[in-house]
Amino acid sequence: MKRESLLAALGALALVVCAWAVPWLKFVLTIALAKGIAVLGILLLLRAGQVSFGHSMFLALGAYTMAFLAPMEDEVLLLLPAAALIAAGFGLVIGLFLVRYRDIFFGMLNLAFAMVLYSLLEKLYAITKGTDGIRVAALSFAGTEPERGTQEWIVFGIALGLAILFGLLVRFYLASPMGRALAGIKTRETRLEFMGVPARRVLLFAYVLSALMGGVGGALVAMTTRHVTPQIAYWTASGELVFIAILGGAGSALGPFLGATAFELVRVYAAAAVADAWQMILGGVLLVVILFAPGGVWGLLSRRWRA
Amino acid sequence: MSQVLLSAKGLRLAFGGVKAADGIDLDVRHGEFLAIIGPNGAGKTTFINMTTGYLRPQAGRIEFDGKPILGLSPRAIVRRGIGRSFQLPQLFSEHTVLENAALAIAARRGIWSPFTPLLRPRWRDEAMDLLDRFGLRAVAESRADALNEGARKLADIAMAVALEPSLLLMDEPTSGVAAAEKMVIVETLVRVLRSTGVTAVFVEHDMDVVARFADRVAVWSQGRIAALGPPGEVLADPKVRREVIGIAANA
Repeated sequence: MKRESLLAALGALALVVCAWAVPWLKFVLTIALAKGIAVLGILLLLRAGQVSFGHSMFLALGAYTMAFLAPMEDEVLLLLPAAALIAAGFGLVIGLFLVRYRDIFFGMLNLAFAMVLYSLLEKLYAITKGTDGIRVAALSFAGTEPERGTQEWIVFGIALGLAILFGLLVRFYLASPMGRALAGIKTRETRLEFMGVPARRVLLFAYVLSALMGGVGGALVAMTTRHVTPQIAYWTASGELVFIAILGGAGSALGPFLGATAFELVRVYAAAAVADAWQMILGGVLLVVILFAPGGVWGLLSRRWRA
Repeated sequence: MSQVLLSAKGLRLAFGGVKAADGIDLDVRHGEFLAIIGPNGAGKTTFINMTTGYLRPQAGRIEFDGKPILGLSPRAIVRRGIGRSFQLPQLFSEHTVLENAALAIAARRGIWSPFTPLLRPRWRDEAMDLLDRFGLRAVAESRADALNEGARKLADIAMAVALEPSLLLMDEPTSGVAAAEKMVIVETLVRVLRSTGVTAVFVEHDMDVVARFADRVAVWSQGRIAALGPPGEVLADPKVRREVIGIAANA
């Protein structure tokens, strides 16, 4: 546990140093942190043995909330919680239905909801500007409107702060009775019921929490890219989140951030090296992870410690 | 006569043409240990499943503590005070034995605290005390899937006892356990259950266990109760010995 905290601290420091030393990486690392927060939500569901193939819908909800509300209210300190709450509220509504299902049905129903949202974002041009997307209006931070370079640092700092906050939150949650019961859904759901524990409600709490983190991740993506398109809700974006979860490993709250950072860096460098074949390189990386490191990057690190 | 805790009347349930319950009438008295014996397929587990809300009978009624419980969910029935253990232990295999016990304690005390640890000092002590009573302290930190069958059975029952039920239904608590271990396990079990005053119904194939620990025996045969009474009487009945125990011993 101490090693995990130490690794988290070193990781956070390394990100800051990289962002400072290589300025263009700041953008990439902010996106990695935002996706890592969203993948933390996937990790929660994986603990229950469930995979969501539609989690990008929550990123989209967070990102579009940011884009829609920014012209009316530019304060990030209000916009971020609003994005989180809207995603969580939506997660609660569809979660009430989804937690009745397990395994492939759970995964595919999530995908179905995400694709419905994608279609709406794409087709309702009058509201969403379709595939053109919406530009995120100028934002203010605690009443100030800093110049672009400073703003990038602030968004990076917010993403890092929220990553640490949600990482800790998930860690406490997974060690709590609710978190342990969540893992019980994967192994012995019947037993939970015969202990008087409503498994669906346990899963619903995790689902809403994961939706909230998805919304925060999406809002951070919108704050970083300053342009939101329906592509953020597309099924490949959901697949990417599951990819990151597997790459990072589900054994620790650090896994999603290790996975997201590795993913974004491999993507950037692979795209630069072989522009047309970067997906092939990512696919190769995933194959190697599944075959030789089923615990993901986190699994490799923790195995090294134990050895 | 002691007060009736559980009363089943006219329970019927058929799976296709197989009558798993064909008019079951049974009263379980406060504080007694009632053994259910009978060949495989006689409907013993079906009775437990109906009583705990896992299966719903097609006819009949069940009252617990004077109140009807038919149609209630397993969760609601557990909250009324009926616990159960399983023929195949239902442990959370990725958790340690201690966490399994603590989770059962949490289920009783309130599970809805998302940010305080399961193994908080008071619950850890309570879980350790529970495991101690079942002789499982030495394996408290082992993963549940690393235990031998006897310890798995005890841990499974310990989790049911953690819920502090007034009636505990146990489905074959000694099946799959090595012969040498069997009596030790049952003795541990009976000692704990007697000390908590819980009423117990247990399905059992070992007649030595039944003769030694049951207050009454119900003999199941083709979805019916063929005989009911003290073990000395029932187990000596030539018909039971020939038709049920003979089959059960071979089962």
